[in-house]
Amino acid sequence: MGYFAKFAVPHPSPAIYASMIAIVVTVFLIIFGLTYFKKWIYLWSEWITTVDHKKIGTMYLIAALLMLFRGGVDALMMRAQTAVPDNKLLDSQHYNEVFSAHGVIMIIFMAMPYIMAFMNIVVPLQIGARDVAFPRLNAVSFWLFFMGAMLFNISFVIGGSPDAGWTSYFPLADNEFSPSVGTNYYMIAIQIAGIGTLMTGINFITTILRMRAPGMTLMRMPMFTWSAFVTSIIIIFAFPVLTIALLMGTMDRLFETKFFAMTDGGMDMLWANLFWVWGHPEVYILILPAFGIFSEIIPTFSRRNIYGYKSMVISMVVISLYSFFVWTHHFFTMGQTAYVNSIFSITTMVIAVPTGIKIFNWLLTMWKGRIRFTVPMLYSIAFIPLFTIGGVTGVMLAMSAADYQYHNTMFLVAHFHNVIIPGVAFAVLAGSTYYWPKIFGFMLNERIGKWAFWFLTIGFSLAFFPMYITGLDGQARRMYTYSEASGYGLLNFVSFIGAAFMAISFVLIVYTIYYSIRHSPRHVGGDPWDARSLEWATHNPVPEYNFAIIPQVDSREPFWDAKYKRYELFKGDYKKIHMPNNSGVPFIMSALFFVFGFALVFSMWILAVISLIGIFICMAHRSFEIDHGHYISVEEIKETEVKMGGNHK
Amino acid sequence: MRELFPAKQVWGFVLSLALTAAALLVYFFNMSRATGMTIFIVTAFIQAFVQLVVFMHARETDDSKSIFATLYYAIFIALITVFGTLLCMIWGWKY
Ligand code: HEM
Ligand SMILES: [Cu+2]
Repeated sequence: MGYFAKFAVPHPSPAIYASMIAIVVTVFLIIFGLTYFKKWIYLWSEWITTVDHKKIGTMYLIAALLMLFRGGVDALMMRAQTAVPDNKLLDSQHYNEVFSAHGVIMIIFMAMPYIMAFMNIVVPLQIGARDVAFPRLNAVSFWLFFMGAMLFNISFVIGGSPDAGWTSYFPLADNEFSPSVGTNYYMIAIQIAGIGTLMTGINFITTILRMRAPGMTLMRMPMFTWSAFVTSIIIIFAFPVLTIALLMGTMDRLFETKFFAMTDGGMDMLWANLFWVWGHPEVYILILPAFGIFSEIIPTFSRRNIYGYKSMVISMVVISLYSFFVWTHHFFTMGQTAYVNSIFSITTMVIAVPTGIKIFNWLLTMWKGRIRFTVPMLYSIAFIPLFTIGGVTGVMLAMSAADYQYHNTMFLVAHFHNVIIPGVAFAVLAGSTYYWPKIFGFMLNERIGKWAFWFLTIGFSLAFFPMYITGLDGQARRMYTYSEASGYGLLNFVSFIGAAFMAISFVLIVYTIYYSIRHSPRHVGGDPWDARSLEWATHNPVPEYNFAIIPQVDSREPFWDAKYKRYELFKGDYKKIHMPNNSGVPFIMSALFFVFGFALVFSMWILAVISLIGIFICMAHRSFEIDHGHYISVEEIKETEVKMGGNHK
Repeated sequence: MRELFPAKQVWGFVLSLALTAAALLVYFFNMSRATGMTIFIVTAFIQAFVQLVVFMHARETDDSKSIFATLYYAIFIALITVFGTLLCMIWGWKY
């Protein structure tokens, strides 16, 4: 029994025991269900081994929705705990664990994969390609993310959750103050997922530079593809910093090195520095693709082309560069001189300028447009004013002298939720509705979707605007409770009601999906929204090879021109199509990464070495493997096109 | 004969050996930390450049423009990050 004692949870509670039972039951049900319906082979051959960008994107989407649920439950627990003064629902340790898990899950395991889902599904279609540049690597990316997420998620039932915040500042995160294995999980799980993200960055840069359809110059690329491109560049420059910081943190915790220690020449605040060297670009990694999604939706539902295409592109490129100049604004109060703070105050304020340009471009796109108020458009319209408020409070935080008042209060919490929820969350929800027919071949129910939208928007406003006030009144973030006398009670209760509204909205979103699976008409055709860019020029759902004939591009909106200006997109005849083969190795290798990570978390060295050898064997296998892919014959293409109701040839 | 003999590569090889030898001097001779680090940094950067241009053919392909653009972008961001860090962690540190 002694050996297994280390897997025990250091601060158990009935809720954690209940979750353990729930997890065991769910796993059992899944295994039973797969066996009963004989779906194991289907799962393996159609999904786990797939290298198809659309299927990988779909898996990202499902994983992100699951993580949204997990992070959302954490959020509800926090708001319930702080709903009334001196509440005893969670004790301080649990509250710490919950907000740490919430932050990591929402940023790294919800927002990131959700963005990756759209990059995967949309980018190859928008540029008229048949897949990404490295399909196999793409599968590795997904499975590494997935295994990292799973590793992080089991922490609360095996060994204990991380409890040092999503920023995991040292010295708090060091062994002395965080003795449980929780922070090991943090370091290693994020590392595994981060490697996957880095690969995605490389993959999409290559894809976008190399695989565009003939005629699609850089300045003819759709906005979302541009945003994916710029984001990939930021990923490539920002993520290596995280990789190294996490590695140093892991070494400190597992091998007693002193990188971030307060003694022996270590530098504890160096972690904060490195974390934000990655962290600030990271928030732009999230927001730029979100901007990209809005830039697809707004023109479609305004029936106008995007206003100021060039300035949109330039402002994104400028943002990608500036995003590396501002990180110090996250620790103005750390101890630098006013001189240093002033420099970073100015760089931070400057970054609001290109962001503002984009806001005006969206407004001018809608100006005199014929707007259709569909669910995706509602999200986009609400995004503009709400996000602007978040940007303005960001500029307030950017004034370093004033930040001494705002820093680490609920005002800061309100700021970043105010940019992330209307910015990123609205974008991915709008994008899900918009691209749903592309992925699954049927539309989501608009009526229920609108209810979900209103619940989310009102819930968001109720939950987060009060925090600006309590923050200015001095309510600190990450405090598990407050006294009656502080007077924070009323506004915190309003926040709780807002959180409940948002939970209802999530339930409605799940219900829309369920309802639409059962009742929505199939065969919606290739272009249900009357859209403008290439991803809508093929069938719904998209055939394996994307386009039977690679489109010929002659303008910024080739599909629109094909519809309304009789431009011919698909010239020539069918030819056989070369496609990559499926492979189980990415999954197996990532599973070994999971074992490796788990072994490191608990310092089980033999297991770690064995799984590491396994990982190297997988890599060697790939190096020596001869795999020429396969061809889809012309007959097969014809058959598929006829079955899909081919709108060309 | 001229076309057959890979003069450039041989030169590159000799140069990279020489640079490595120069860096080794720091180990064998007793010099101040500052001099040693200077030699390291200078030889390392020249070394990287030689490798890129001679052996990784950074100049020979038609996309060499974008290769160098990426390179400069990367160097720029690296410099900002390193000097920014020094600025707020050491030079501008109050406590
Ligand atoms: C107009 C642009 C923006 C400005 C000027 C700005 C400014 C700031 C400043 C100065 C802070 C640090 C405040 C403090 O710690 O006291 C901060 C924190 C933060 N911002 Fe923004 N911001 C902007 C946009 C965004 C966007 C678009 C996102 C995300 C999509 C974002 C996410 C965050 C996050 C996650 C934090 C801190 C989280 C933490 O400490 O845990 N911000 N912002
Ligand atoms: Cu920032």
